[in-house]
Amino acid sequence: MIEFRQEPKFGTDGPILVMEDLCKSYQLGHTELRVLREINLAIESGEYVAIMGPSGSGKSTLLNMIGCLDRPTSGDYRLGGQSVSALDDDELSMIRGARIGFVFQSFNLIAQLNVVENIEIPMYYQGYSEHESDERARELATMVGLGERLGHRPSELSGGQQQRVAIARALSNDPLIILADEPTGNLDSSSGADILAILDRLHNEGKTLIVVTHDEHIATRAERVVRLFDGRIDKEEFNRR
Amino acid sequence: MFIFRLKRTVKLGFKSLWMHRLRSTLTTLGIIFGVSSVIAMLAIGEGASRDAQEKIAQLGSRNIIIKTIKPPEDQAAGGQQQTLMEYGLTYKDAERFQNGIPDVQVIVPNRRISQQALYRNRRTSLEVVGTVPWYPEISPTRVRFGRFLSTTDMHYRQGVCVLDERVVRELFALDDPIGQDVKIGGDYYRVVGVATEQSQTPASADLESKDATGAKKASGANVGAMYVPLTTVRERFGEMSMQMSSSSGQTLERIELQEIIVQVQDVDMVMGTRQSVQTLLSRFHKKNDYEIVVPLELMRQAKDFQRIFTIVLGSIAAISLLVGGIGIMNIMMATVSERTREIGIRRALGAKKKDIVIQFLSETLILTLSGGFLGMALGALIPFFVTHFGQMRTVITGSSLILAFGISGAVGIAFGLYPAYRAANMDPIESLRHE
Repeated sequence: MIEFRQEPKFGTDGPILVMEDLCKSYQLGHTELRVLREINLAIESGEYVAIMGPSGSGKSTLLNMIGCLDRPTSGDYRLGGQSVSALDDDELSMIRGARIGFVFQSFNLIAQLNVVENIEIPMYYQGYSEHESDERARELATMVGLGERLGHRPSELSGGQQQRVAIARALSNDPLIILADEPTGNLDSSSGADILAILDRLHNEGKTLIVVTHDEHIATRAERVVRLFDGRIDKEEFNRR
Repeated sequence: MFIFRLKRTVKLGFKSLWMHRLRSTLTTLGIIFGVSSVIAMLAIGEGASRDAQEKIAQLGSRNIIIKTIKPPEDQAAGGQQQTLMEYGLTYKDAERFQNGIPDVQVIVPNRRISQQALYRNRRTSLEVVGTVPWYPEISPTRVRFGRFLSTTDMHYRQGVCVLDERVVRELFALDDPIGQDVKIGGDYYRVVGVATEQSQTPASADLESKDATGAKKASGANVGAMYVPLTTVRERFGEMSMQMSSSSGQTLERIELQEIIVQVQDVDMVMGTRQSVQTLLSRFHKKNDYEIVVPLELMRQAKDFQRIFTIVLGSIAAISLLVGGIGIMNIMMATVSERTREIGIRRALGAKKKDIVIQFLSETLILTLSGGFLGMALGALIPFFVTHFGQMRTVITGSSLILAFGISGAVGIAFGLYPAYRAANMDPIESLRHE
């Protein structure tokens, strides 16, 4: 068993995410479908990276890889200096819970829980005490501007508010990377702008952000854009801001 | 740490179940009825068992009852118009028990005769019991008013009697019976005491129908008793009686005693003494004109029978509990597939398979255990109504409550594990995509 919470936090020296020759393929009958081919990627702490590409380019699969929801067929993936390619299911859960903050396109809040309780979920699985996680959840909710709605259910919130809860939830376990999948995809433009502003703020505070999107508008906010095509990294662009 | 976690898990479980209040309630009903029927069935079984045992115990667990029965018809006697039949227990037998069997503590010889009794213009059927002053020692009969028969009554063959409460009710209504005279045939008997009714146990009623008392008995022997000194009965009624029988016309019967009740000091001596009685009787009785009844033996048989009865009732109820469990499993399967996305979210946010299993298993356990609690309450209520309206005795034992509750917990685990494992083994990526 790996105890992540006692691990020292990583400094800015050295990339926190490294992929080397990472491949992922699925067996479809007799044909092998190669979804990711020799991905080589390194992301430094504090970076804001957008991953872009058309449908079928392997974006989702790459997202699942980065999020430790899936294991590569070959190649190596190191997150926070530790190789996660060969970990078992429980260890992957542990890594996700400790090092990754997920923000989904469809918010993915749990309907029967209120704002605070939704934010607490990752801390619950990380073994935070009830008092500690409650306090932290309230702080985070206030930080994303939901201090007045702590006891509300997701169904009582607007889409923008729900996504803010999701961001607070992604921050609750103090992850190495925040992984956002089309975070504004289900939002109107003004709510979307709010969410992007929050992401900018997190970036300015030194958080590492990886956003998967096909919205060029979002991509311009990132420092680096990784473009996928046909399972390969087609090109990388660096935005000067 | 673990306790805190458990508390939160349970809290979370309640929240999820609360989302579907109606569904959760309906599902729990299955367990409620299952558990309550287990408890109710066991209570009814236990009540019936205790009832039977107490009735038999009233016959006395240290007693051995030897009864006169009519021997199979004599071939030689057939065809004659009038015959004299002589059979049954004798005073000599009682004496032999007294002298020949060391463990015997009390011996009560009884003569029982069915008669009509008269007081003023009231008349009732009763059983004259010719007995000895120490009769109450071996029977549950107790004196309510006045006194029981005395050795002086016995010695002087007094015309006195002790009536049981049933006879008093039928003959005296509101009058005080003590000191009054009751007429039987041509003789008067002065009432010196009132005793409790002799209980009609299933066992003894059954035996009594085979019993050969002097005159014809009222059906079922369900009559009151009048206790008269044995010596008086012997003097006034004699030992002869007329029997009408269809095959050979009139028969004259001579019976000395209808029963001899022997009491030993300790329950352990009962079976040994029974053997001695048997041996002694078989030596002196050529005809098979007696029967030995051992209440202790009956009690054991009743216990065995009741145990089977309880097992049968309990298993029927357990089946309904099983059905309730299947209902729970069904609902949990539906819940799991309905909440696929929640499972995916939790998995993405760091839940291990084990955490998912615990979550769904604890929801199932909350359903079944709360069903178990409510079922216990209902199960305690049903026997109350059964006793109140059904005139049946019921006994709720602590062990039946624990058993039913334990079973409901076991049902929760047994039927909750599979849905929980299904939930845990879902692919997180697939379940996140689930609509």
